[in-house]
Amino acid sequence: MEKIIFYILALVIIVFAIASVSSKKMLRSVIYLLFVLIGISGIYFLIDYNFLAAIQLTVYAGGVIVLLIFSVMLVHHIEMELELAKVSKRILVGLASLIGLGVFLTTIYSHEFIVVENYTTTTTEDIGFGLLSYEAGGFILPFEVISILLLASMIGAIVIAKGTKLTNKKNDTV
Amino acid sequence: MIAGISIYEILTVTTILFFIGVYGFITRKNLISILMSVELILNASVINFVVINKYLYPDMLQGVFFSIFIIAVAAAETALAISIIINLYRQIASVEVKDTEIMKY
Repeated sequence: MEKIIFYILALVIIVFAIASVSSKKMLRSVIYLLFVLIGISGIYFLIDYNFLAAIQLTVYAGGVIVLLIFSVMLVHHIEMELELAKVSKRILVGLASLIGLGVFLTTIYSHEFIVVENYTTTTTEDIGFGLLSYEAGGFILPFEVISILLLASMIGAIVIAKGTKLTNKKNDTV
Repeated sequence: MIAGISIYEILTVTTILFFIGVYGFITRKNLISILMSVELILNASVINFVVINKYLYPDMLQGVFFSIFIIAVAAAETALAISIIINLYRQIASVEVKDTEIMKY
């Protein structure tokens, strides 16, 4: 049962990822990206890591996609079509990607992974204790740093997106 | 781990996803599309962190924490990039890569 679900998810992810990078219409390409992200959260559910699946759904499917759709609407007409790269360039880049894919896959398949048989569930409690512990192996410092980073990027995004008006006002007073 | 699925199959899927992202990153000529390709690449790496942690070191949690941090950094990066793109669109009325010249220097 899990096998079938995994193959369906893998198929959905790959097909919609290809559609997302090759679609001519901007808004459709964003929606295909949404399907890819939802498929990835399905993989997290399968692997018994429910917390990250929920984060994936809220942050990516709920936040990033909405931001992307808003920016597409601000910048484009819905019906506008993208200009594509030259055919020769696309074939060249596709070949280069295939070669890179081959190199990666041969490396992966020639390596012997020591897999430990287990079916443990990662609970939110474990993650909370790990993130907030300040003993050896705890992650309290990166946790605090990431909160500062989020605050800084929030302020930065507001300042940059309002940019011209703020600087004009400053120039007027000076 | 997922019953009946070996680590090789999941790593194959993520590798394919990564190179689709690389392909889109190089061939697209639009800033927002390039940002979407970066999201694909980041997501492939997040799945790799989680899967390697779950299959090889099930009693550790390091890969799990790193995946959360990667998602936080990716969200911050997307918000900043989109604000820069919108600001740029106000100044030059375009989001094509070839028109983007005023960010130099």
